[in-house]
Amino acid sequence: MKLKSLLLGAAATTLAAGATAGEITVVSWGGAYTTSQVEAYHKPWIAETGNTILSEDYNGGLAEIKSQVEAGNVTWDLVDVELSDAVLGCDEGLLEPIDPSILPAGADGTAATDDFLPGTLHECAVANIVWSTIFAYDSSKMANGPTKIGDFFDTATYPGKRGLRKGPKANLELALAADGVAAEDIYDVLSTPEGVDRAFAKLDTIKGDVVWWEAGAQPPQLLADGEVAMTTAYNGRIFNAVAAEDKPFSIVWDSQIYDLDLWVIPKGAPNKDLAMEFLAYSTATEQLAAQASYISYGPARKSSAPLVGSFHNKPDLAMGPQMPTAPENFGTAIQNDFEFWADNTDELNERFNAWLAG
Amino acid sequence: MSDVANGPVLAADGTPLKKRLGQALFRSKLRAFGLVVPLLLLILMAFLAPTLVFLKRGVYNDEFAKVMVNSQPLLAAWDAKSEPSDEMFNALHADLVQSRKDKSIGRVATRVNRELSGTRSMFTSTARKAEKMEPPFKDALIDANKKWANIEVWEAMKISNKSWTPAYLANAVDLKYNADGSFERKSEERRIHIKLFVRTMEISVIVTLLGVLLGYPVAFLMSSLQARTANLLLILVLLPFWTSLLVRTTAWIALLQGEGVMNDLFVLFGLAEDQNRFSLIYNKTGSLIAMTHILLPFMILPLYSVMKTIPPTYVRAAKSMGASNWTAFWRVYFPQTIPGIGAGGILVFILAISFYITPALVGGESGTMISNFIDFHMRDSLNWSLAAAMGAVLLVIVLFLYWLYDRIVGIDNMKLG
Repeated sequence: MKLKSLLLGAAATTLAAGATAGEITVVSWGGAYTTSQVEAYHKPWIAETGNTILSEDYNGGLAEIKSQVEAGNVTWDLVDVELSDAVLGCDEGLLEPIDPSILPAGADGTAATDDFLPGTLHECAVANIVWSTIFAYDSSKMANGPTKIGDFFDTATYPGKRGLRKGPKANLELALAADGVAAEDIYDVLSTPEGVDRAFAKLDTIKGDVVWWEAGAQPPQLLADGEVAMTTAYNGRIFNAVAAEDKPFSIVWDSQIYDLDLWVIPKGAPNKDLAMEFLAYSTATEQLAAQASYISYGPARKSSAPLVGSFHNKPDLAMGPQMPTAPENFGTAIQNDFEFWADNTDELNERFNAWLAG
Repeated sequence: MSDVANGPVLAADGTPLKKRLGQALFRSKLRAFGLVVPLLLLILMAFLAPTLVFLKRGVYNDEFAKVMVNSQPLLAAWDAKSEPSDEMFNALHADLVQSRKDKSIGRVATRVNRELSGTRSMFTSTARKAEKMEPPFKDALIDANKKWANIEVWEAMKISNKSWTPAYLANAVDLKYNADGSFERKSEERRIHIKLFVRTMEISVIVTLLGVLLGYPVAFLMSSLQARTANLLLILVLLPFWTSLLVRTTAWIALLQGEGVMNDLFVLFGLAEDQNRFSLIYNKTGSLIAMTHILLPFMILPLYSVMKTIPPTYVRAAKSMGASNWTAFWRVYFPQTIPGIGAGGILVFILAISFYITPALVGGESGTMISNFIDFHMRDSLNWSLAAAMGAVLLVIVLFLYWLYDRIVGIDNMKLG
């Protein structure tokens, strides 16, 4: 048995070595997040297979994939997207279906379909991480910092500008949470016209103090420049500023909104087979665990969790408690409802834009 | 003799001279046309055709009708009032099964969801279950999602069913197109486009006026100086003109931001308190300042080229006949510069109306223009039909203003140098 797998392995290596080296274009969100993927996925894969990876950055959304597919000129092979975009893109036929049987079993031998957390394998997408929208502040400037989502909207007690992502997503949920809606009821309330009014009314209370950001790399910069006193952000970006750049930022986990990032392959990708190979490689137990030593996003595989250690160049900084899924952070967490957003994005965008311009 | 005098003049080979001349002219015209053919083709293929194809999206969207082939004729015939018939439910079921198979259900769902929020997941989730459903399909569908019994859903489908549709153009001017063919204004909190069109006009007009105010004296100075000094000034005008738009916009961020150079100077000279600095950027002021600066050369250059052709003797003559400085300027000099103002003004205005990188970077919320929203619908909401419709409205506005300009000032009166 052992000999057989050894032989198979050897055969696979010869095959890989025999094939001419290819190149794939991998697209992700840039900054510290792309760095973590380059360190944990790209570099070992390039070293093992001799293929090359062209890494590109984007700001999310399906626009580029849609234009490439519709123009019949696809240049991207693998893209890191949010769950709602993976579902939308799959339904619209913009993405290649992915057979979960190509995914390697977990390090402990569990089949991939059981090893991935529930809801992380999709018809056209495979999740790599769990990430979260949190809010953060500069603890060197605020001695008794905020602890609850309500504090974010309380500019009397905590004066200063607030940073929010430009768009209704996450902001409406946080506004309702701050207004006292329990995590499990958020989307029920938001599904009613009164609920939407209520969320906008809450946002109205800080509208004059908001600095809007668009790219994930902006919030840590806004905090560092003192442009805002608190800002919503992706938890990994704030963690990275703290761990790698020693910024005095603190994360408030109350009412964090967690979501998935997934790999998808645009329909008609030029190097589809190679992209599939890389996708399977990068979502293996080890790679996901390795990524977690560069950025505080939770691996999508159960078998990766025990392997998560400490920050790559700070052995005393354990990564476990930094994860969105750590029990002490997870108490009031809200799971992003991709179906709600797929249904209501248009209307809420319109309303949000009108509100913003008004 | 009289024969020859009355008959046509003949060329050496006996053919009528007129015909020969026509042939020669035709050949030279053909040659001239041959020379412009490459450019003409480029414009047709790379500019005009794509523009028209894209504009068509603003009034034509067959995402629904193309896929829902069974429902299509039934919805078209439906009166949008009576209860949807069993036949319509059956057709819907057949379409859902088929579109699920060929992965086109998402497009249909997105299309209907644009008309009625919240319907997207009805289509995708019902389609997933559709194949296992058993007749009667009306009950089966309503079982799967009770919203299928709502007439609004069917109305939204009827609107989406029309491939040639005014729905997007209506949306671009804040109207809602109904299933029965009527239009109504959108609810207050969702009206935004008219406001943005008005703001875009307002910013463009102000930028044009500022351009005239600031550019006129510069052009005047350059035209009245000696050639050497004038050339030096010209280079100063052209230098920013040759610099990338993005670089200049970013430079304005450094100058105007809260902790920027301008505000530091204001504080230094006591014009502003340190705690209460001016907000010069990420608002309409930011858009106005940066756009005026970026577009200024487009005003100065036509003005300068027109002013250079005005002989200085005219003003001297006016003064020698007793005109005051002001009268000589206003009655003699200024009227001759109007073609330059016209050319510069129309250049600046038309460029300003479609500006989007600069407002996106320095405009904040109050300095956002319509192009930023077209961009938003292109890249973010993926509602390309609405983007096309908004583009069409903008194009119509520009053409109208051009026509108005032609009526008032006269397009022949424009001089680019």
